[in-house]
Amino acid sequence: MMAAIIALTLLAVVFGLMLGFAAIRFKVEGDPLVDKIDALLPQTQCGQCSYPGCRPYAEAIAKGEADINQCPPGGETTIIALADLLDRDPKPLNPENGTVKPKMVAVIDEQRCIGCTLCIQACPVDAILGAAKHMHTVIESECTGCELCLPPCPVDCIDMVPLGQDILTWKWPYPEEAAPKPAVLEKAS
Amino acid sequence: MSNAGARRLWRFRGGVHPPQHKQVSTTLPVRPAALPARLTLPLHQHIGEPAEPLVKRGQQVLKGQLIARPQGYVSAPVHAPTSGTVVDIGEYPVPHPSGLSAPCIVIEADGEDRWIDHAPVADYQSLSPSELRNVIREAGIVGLGGAGFPTYIKLNPGHRKALDTLILNGVECEPYITCDDMLMRERAGEIAAGIGIVRHALQARQCLVAIEDNKPEAYDAMCRATAHLEDVTVVQVPTLYPAGSEKQLIKVLTGKEVPSDGLALHIGVVCTNVGTAAAVHRAIDRGEPLISRLVTVTGGAIGRPGNLEVLLGTPMEELIHQCAGDSGAIERLVMGGPMMGFALHRFDLPVIKTTNCVLALTAAELPPPRPVMPCIRCGACADVCPVNLLPQQLYWYSKAKDLDRVQEYHLFDCIECGCCSYVCPSNIPLVQYFRYAKGDIWTREREKEKADIARRRHEFRLERLAREKAEREARRNRKKAALQADTARREKQAEIQEAIARTQARRRAAMKAAETQRRKAQQTARGRERPSPAARNAGGEGGNEKSGAPAGMTEDAPQGKDE
Amino acid sequence: MHAPVSVTRVMLQVLLAMIPGLAAYIWFFGWGIVYNLLIAMTVAVVAETVMLALRGRPLRPYLLDGSALVTAALLAFAIPPLAPWWVTAIGSAFAIVVAKHLYGGLGYNPFNPAMVGYVMLLVSFPREMTSWVPPLDFSVYPMSFLEAGRYILTGQLPAGVTFDALTEATPLDTLKTNLGMGNTVAEIRAQLGLDEATSRLLSVIPIFGAIGGKGWEWIAGGFLLGGLWLIHRRIISWHIPLAMLGALAIMALLFYLIAPDRYASPLFHLFSGATMLGAFFIATDPVTAASSPMGRLIYGAGIGILTYIIRAWGGYPDSIAFAVLLMNMAVPLIDHYFKPRVFGHDRD
Repeated sequence: MMAAIIALTLLAVVFGLMLGFAAIRFKVEGDPLVDKIDALLPQTQCGQCSYPGCRPYAEAIAKGEADINQCPPGGETTIIALADLLDRDPKPLNPENGTVKPKMVAVIDEQRCIGCTLCIQACPVDAILGAAKHMHTVIESECTGCELCLPPCPVDCIDMVPLGQDILTWKWPYPEEAAPKPAVLEKAS
Repeated sequence: MSNAGARRLWRFRGGVHPPQHKQVSTTLPVRPAALPARLTLPLHQHIGEPAEPLVKRGQQVLKGQLIARPQGYVSAPVHAPTSGTVVDIGEYPVPHPSGLSAPCIVIEADGEDRWIDHAPVADYQSLSPSELRNVIREAGIVGLGGAGFPTYIKLNPGHRKALDTLILNGVECEPYITCDDMLMRERAGEIAAGIGIVRHALQARQCLVAIEDNKPEAYDAMCRATAHLEDVTVVQVPTLYPAGSEKQLIKVLTGKEVPSDGLALHIGVVCTNVGTAAAVHRAIDRGEPLISRLVTVTGGAIGRPGNLEVLLGTPMEELIHQCAGDSGAIERLVMGGPMMGFALHRFDLPVIKTTNCVLALTAAELPPPRPVMPCIRCGACADVCPVNLLPQQLYWYSKAKDLDRVQEYHLFDCIECGCCSYVCPSNIPLVQYFRYAKGDIWTREREKEKADIARRRHEFRLERLAREKAEREARRNRKKAALQADTARREKQAEIQEAIARTQARRRAAMKAAETQRRKAQQTARGRERPSPAARNAGGEGGNEKSGAPAGMTEDAPQGKDE
Repeated sequence: MHAPVSVTRVMLQVLLAMIPGLAAYIWFFGWGIVYNLLIAMTVAVVAETVMLALRGRPLRPYLLDGSALVTAALLAFAIPPLAPWWVTAIGSAFAIVVAKHLYGGLGYNPFNPAMVGYVMLLVSFPREMTSWVPPLDFSVYPMSFLEAGRYILTGQLPAGVTFDALTEATPLDTLKTNLGMGNTVAEIRAQLGLDEATSRLLSVIPIFGAIGGKGWEWIAGGFLLGGLWLIHRRIISWHIPLAMLGALAIMALLFYLIAPDRYASPLFHLFSGATMLGAFFIATDPVTAASSPMGRLIYGAGIGILTYIIRAWGGYPDSIAFAVLLMNMAVPLIDHYFKPRVFGHDRD
């Protein structure tokens, strides 16, 4: 009886020491988890996740305050990447935050723009150029399609247009296994 | 000395033997295609940046005239294939797997086919390799084997002074296609002339002309045509798809493997298509830019299959028509071969620089649509993969969209030859999965880049806003400080004024007192009286006047501070 | 473009390749195997249909793929020829329902379904599963086609025949039992490999043939032939059979050279029990085997070594099923570590 207690106590002490040693010796330096999460987010800065930008959302995820399925612009890809990083199960996008839409860019109707600069102040990535009383214009390559410039515009002159596809950006679609269809050939031409 | 003797060959792993179907299109000699009424010339017929149009709508152009110039280093110009009028510059459907449109120049032929002034390079040997490459660049020559990589870049050995081996690729391993075969049979002399030029550009020690052993006529013709050339060897390689793929061919001929992340150049080899060599010859020895090419028109729906010399921009349906094709019977129209080509969406697409074959397949020629079964892990795909990949693992991860794992399995070494799909008993479209995964990875990288830019811009904006706020704050503080300082100064000044006023008042009082005293003294002198205490006081006040100086100094002090 | 190959063709050719082995089996052990095959195949197809319907999969392509028939055939060969019908039926249903479909169906099952079915039967019905029959020449009562059928389906024996008289342990079993009793291999073979007249005199059955078990060596030869044909047709690759037979032979040779009295000869191991069937038909099941050439060699060798270890020192006389199932477990690991060198890459 005594021997067993002593043996178990000894074992516990030895293993405890080993674990303690391992915890110090093999300590993994605290990862900048927020940076890693932030790197996976699409940086649209649209706020649809209910946080004022991608980094605040990343911080919220890291703290465990926000779920990983709140980013509509990132869609499935981002959710899977986050799930992968955080070792969680992927889940479908939370519909409260919005739905997945095709990539869009803002275009200002230059006829209607009155040059109020409100959209310039709203743009999270400074992608709108212009000065007061002068027509504004969106730098297409910098626009993230966040739509934050739409509400402030007093004359409603900003439209979201889907990003066009050309042969340079086109990519092969995901194969349709159920019914492999050949390319439709327009016979009448 | 050209020789055709036994030469040690190596072999690459894998490969398949699909039915050839080449015989049918080699019975007739190469015919010129009829001059079309309209030619549509895409600005992007090559790998790299699209060309930039140099002509305007309505402009008259001559055959061989430059109509679009290259943009950037990896690009190629476009020339007018015949004389006529530019009727439009705009988006037209182009031969591309997407079926999308792209910018094109449309020329209405005037039927005269009048050449622009052009002259051959009198003596290419006198040109430096760099000058020679420039001529080739200006002639718009790109790889005619199917990839369309600008030839002048390929012929640049970089810092290497000389190259070991130039390989002329006449393997043509894809089923159905015979344009290289017919070119070698009928125009071996042009190829031989091209070899000389290309060798000069590369300063290559030796040249190997590789031809699959299913093309004996082409082999004989090339042997005869190169008999007079030094260090040129025509080599028959075993028929095995994809022996015509650059890296596999280099392995067969030299035993060397092109490193995964490198170019053939890095192991001292440059490999170019026989058609490209002939085009180089035309550009140098005749001064003609690349405006036409040989196209194999074949398939079950074609009545008289064969090879046509086609002006670039010619609609494919005209070729089908000229070869007695039955467009009603065409179930699938393919550009390129059945293994690596892609299905087209319409008949009126133009022939471009990379169109080696127009394949019109009937329903009977297509494999019956069989359902895709689950992978049974049989490994047939891995057995035939010429790059030694594990297609079933790649398939698994591509299907699961696991883009990181799929790269661990070397997705980007896949040459999309289609051997795996060809042998898969479960009928899985493996190559489609790999193309999809590659595209997704590229898109993801593009998006990542864009996200990084957006992040930087957003951070910059936040920083800017913070800075602006800080600046505003600072300004306000300063103003407040200045205001306070001002009040203080005014108060001081008031004090000083007061002090001065006081002093003056005292002085006046003192003077008055002195006056009074003097008068008193005069009176005393008159009446012999002692001085009054008021006069003593006035003297003390006089001493006090000196202590007013520090007050004057303090008046200056705020000014000093303000400087 | 597509080569004229499909899962159905693969499976059909595998079934065809079993014919020489089957012929030898019938020749030496009677008609029981035919009933086993028919029962196993019928049950397998029914189970497959039910499972496909339950899982909402299209019936036609999956039933036509023939994989259920191959599983059923492999299981039938592993069951004693006179086993009652319900043994075969349970095994076949278990193989298809549990080992195949509950693990995801064709292409997804980690364990060879036929072997899972067999092992389940072996541990559940040890008596039925170990009551083998002697070669017909030495059977007390060689049953006709109908008599065999009647016994398998109803359990009724011809008049005057007892079940115990009909059955006999397999050579591997006999060897193991006798070795356990301290006899040497030579003694066992001498005792049991007598010519017909002597054996009748001593009333022992000569179940050892020239190299393996009597009759068994011919069945093994039949499967060897079929297997070589499959390799020739490129339905299976040579790696697994060669590695498995090679490893088994080397192990057997090693111990045979050390102590020929205690260990059977390599040839005996190669031509007894399910060695050849296992090497060419069971271990090569692509779904559950390793996929790269190097991986297949490791996988095959592992099966060969495990087979020998269990046969020589384990509790069961034959062990192909256990060896295969154990190596099935190692497949993901093997596949992870033995990737081929990709063109243009240095070896990792």
